Amino acid sequence: MSKHTLSVLVENKPGVLARITALFSRRGFNIDSLAVGVTEHPDISRITIVVNVIEALPLEQVTKQLNKLVNVLKIVELEPGSAVQRELVLVKVRADNETRSQIVEIVQLFRAKTVDVSPEAVTIEATGGSDKLEAMLKMLEPFGIKELVQSGTIAVGRGARSITDRSLRALDRSA
Amino acid sequence: MPMTEQATGAHHPQPRPRSSGQQSAPEQVTGAQSLIRSLEEVGAETVFGIPGGAILPAYDPLMDSKRVRHVLVRHEQGAGHAATGYAQATGKVGVCMATSGPGATNLVTPIADAHMDSVPLVAITGQVASKAIGTDAFQEADIVGISMPITKHNFLVTRADDIPRTIAEAFHIASTGRPGPVLVDIAKDALQARTTFQWPPTQDLPGYRPVTKPHAKQIREAARLITQAKRPVLYVGGGVLKAGATAELKVLAELTGAPVTTTLMALGAFPDSHPLHVGMPGMHGAVTAVTALQKADLIVALGARFDDRVTGKLDSFAPHAKIVHADIDPAEIGKNRAADVPIVGDAREVIADMVQAVQKEHSEGHAGDYTAWWTDLNRWREAYPLGYEQPDNGSLSPQHVIERIGQLAPQGTIFAAGVGQHQMWAAHYIQYEQPSTWLNSGGAGTMGYAVPAAMGAKAGMPDRTVWAVDGDGCFQMTNQELTTCALNNIPIKVAIINNGALGMVRQWQTLFYNQRYSNTVLHSGPGTAADGSATGAGTRVPDFVKLSEAMGCYAIRCESPDDLDKVIEEANSINDRPVVVDFIVHEDAMVWPMVAAGTSNDEIMAARDVRPDFGDNEDD
Repeated sequence: MSKHTLSVLVENKPGVLARITALFSRRGFNIDSLAVGVTEHPDISRITIVVNVIEALPLEQVTKQLNKLVNVLKIVELEPGSAVQRELVLVKVRADNETRSQIVEIVQLFRAKTVDVSPEAVTIEATGGSDKLEAMLKMLEPFGIKELVQSGTIAVGRGARSITDRSLRALDRSA
Repeated sequence: MPMTEQATGAHHPQPRPRSSGQQSAPEQVTGAQSLIRSLEEVGAETVFGIPGGAILPAYDPLMDSKRVRHVLVRHEQGAGHAATGYAQATGKVGVCMATSGPGATNLVTPIADAHMDSVPLVAITGQVASKAIGTDAFQEADIVGISMPITKHNFLVTRADDIPRTIAEAFHIASTGRPGPVLVDIAKDALQARTTFQWPPTQDLPGYRPVTKPHAKQIREAARLITQAKRPVLYVGGGVLKAGATAELKVLAELTGAPVTTTLMALGAFPDSHPLHVGMPGMHGAVTAVTALQKADLIVALGARFDDRVTGKLDSFAPHAKIVHADIDPAEIGKNRAADVPIVGDAREVIADMVQAVQKEHSEGHAGDYTAWWTDLNRWREAYPLGYEQPDNGSLSPQHVIERIGQLAPQGTIFAAGVGQHQMWAAHYIQYEQPSTWLNSGGAGTMGYAVPAAMGAKAGMPDRTVWAVDGDGCFQMTNQELTTCALNNIPIKVAIINNGALGMVRQWQTLFYNQRYSNTVLHSGPGTAADGSATGAGTRVPDFVKLSEAMGCYAIRCESPDDLDKVIEEANSINDRPVVVDFIVHEDAMVWPMVAAGTSNDEIMAARDVRPDFGDNEDD
């Protein structure tokens, strides 16, 4: 099994996300994480999908089937070495007067932020790659994690080039 | 981007709207009128459907249309299959129409069927008023959500202004690239609203760009492999028919001298009688075709998709073959079997380019020598021809019935089959010599397909004879469309191959379930013949002759081989109303050859307990 990060540019229309998730479930592809938002162009949304690929259903099938969706404009695989990948976590950790300072120390180590404090708990906001966030959560676990919220991974290629450029031109010409 | 550049070529006769060029003068109309005007402009001559609440506004202007003929069916499933039969026979886009809720969900089966067989179909459904969507309103169903995985694309229209563009896009998507069904769901208030109609509308499909022109380097590589191969096979699928590439295929086959096998979806793409034709491959394929693929050193797949019914157990399929795989849908290439030479393109362009590339190879002195291969192929052909035995009790053999129907049919007759034993026999024992003469439900295996599909084909090709070869199980699912045929002057002919059982399921029970005939006997209830033993004709419930007569058909029963030709000729001579012939046939007949499900094609059985001897068995 291997993980791949796909950036999928789609028309910003109702039901597009449903088409994509339905395709994944119908074809038996595994979604590891999913994040959706509009791009710098209001007519285009960008979906970042981390997909778990098994040998019998290679990545090529995933991208080919996605490409067949009429609302999909472009698919790019972002290689870890040449892309920046980030997720966001909000985690509520049990804390009292004895443990609070230790928790804050961990937060600083990971360059995370304390965003809420109460007598029994601390809420921490952290961004980063999945390895860093996993390491931080491992450190926090002994204190007692009361609640954990994770976003899907978003990713962007390094360097000056933009994957939206050409799709935008296609969109403009068809309008 | 100008949409006209995306079209697949001139072989789709459907007029295609353009995004540029002269627009008609704007007309002030209702959304419903805009829909009918759009259907007129896009060239939809025949629409099969049933009205109901949400689609009702559209039916009012439909009554006045001089260019769109509406055929009122008896069940929406019939409308869908009729549109499919129409599309498969004419090459145009088939159109069906239904109301919201149950009307729309009754279209699900034919839409799924068309999706599996890549049939260009546009389904138009009424939807509850846009404000009521999501409120569980009367006759509301989320048909866009329901049909998402079984359509090429679908639309929900809630604004009257969007109707012409959506209809134009739906027909464009349905008919170009790999064809398929497109559903357009239109809210009732959009049909009722005032709007402006102008044609052609500007299409907006930035994400839809089918590739039709094959890559020249890949074509050269394919030609090189063809001329170097010792045991090549041209594996021809339905894509060749859809691309209108049969003439090109004949040239390629004769140029190379390679054997041709046509799949169930491609019967008629290459003449059955042609000496290079080795039959149909697959689970019930000809021994020669199945074995040719197994022993091949090169398979050239043209518009075929390595379906499990063709390959059998995939990891033992054609173990020695290199694969050239040409398809218009890139996702088919490498999906089931890895391709050595992948070619994305329209089959007609691919084959035409391949012909040139092979000619070039020949001119450079590289021609394939398949003499030894043909020695093997001819030996198999001679040793294991398709065949059947006449029953010894004097009853009708189903294969013989179907064979005679084929032999006595006028030239150009279109055959539609249901699904099951009769379908396989119709594939085996009728000679298909030209394209679009064989309609069937291949991928989905939809029982009940034959009668409505034949109706659609006859509506589209009124000058042709159309025979539905149906089973008694299939016939009982959709026969009500015979009423539609009788009342709308669509005189089809139906042969019920009546063995009183769900024959193919019964065959599997015979072979794999110790002859325990659980719920496959149709002519009697539990208790009367629960063991399914050969009890002859059973109860004759329902009486298909009376049933058909009640629906306005001419109906005959045939039980003896002595009457067979006379009955078929009588059926062929009646053209003023539908004809139904109830052929009472022997119930124990089985479809052979057969590759049991999940086994390797090497295990093909030519007949029961008869495994062909290819001279390669280690010890014997």
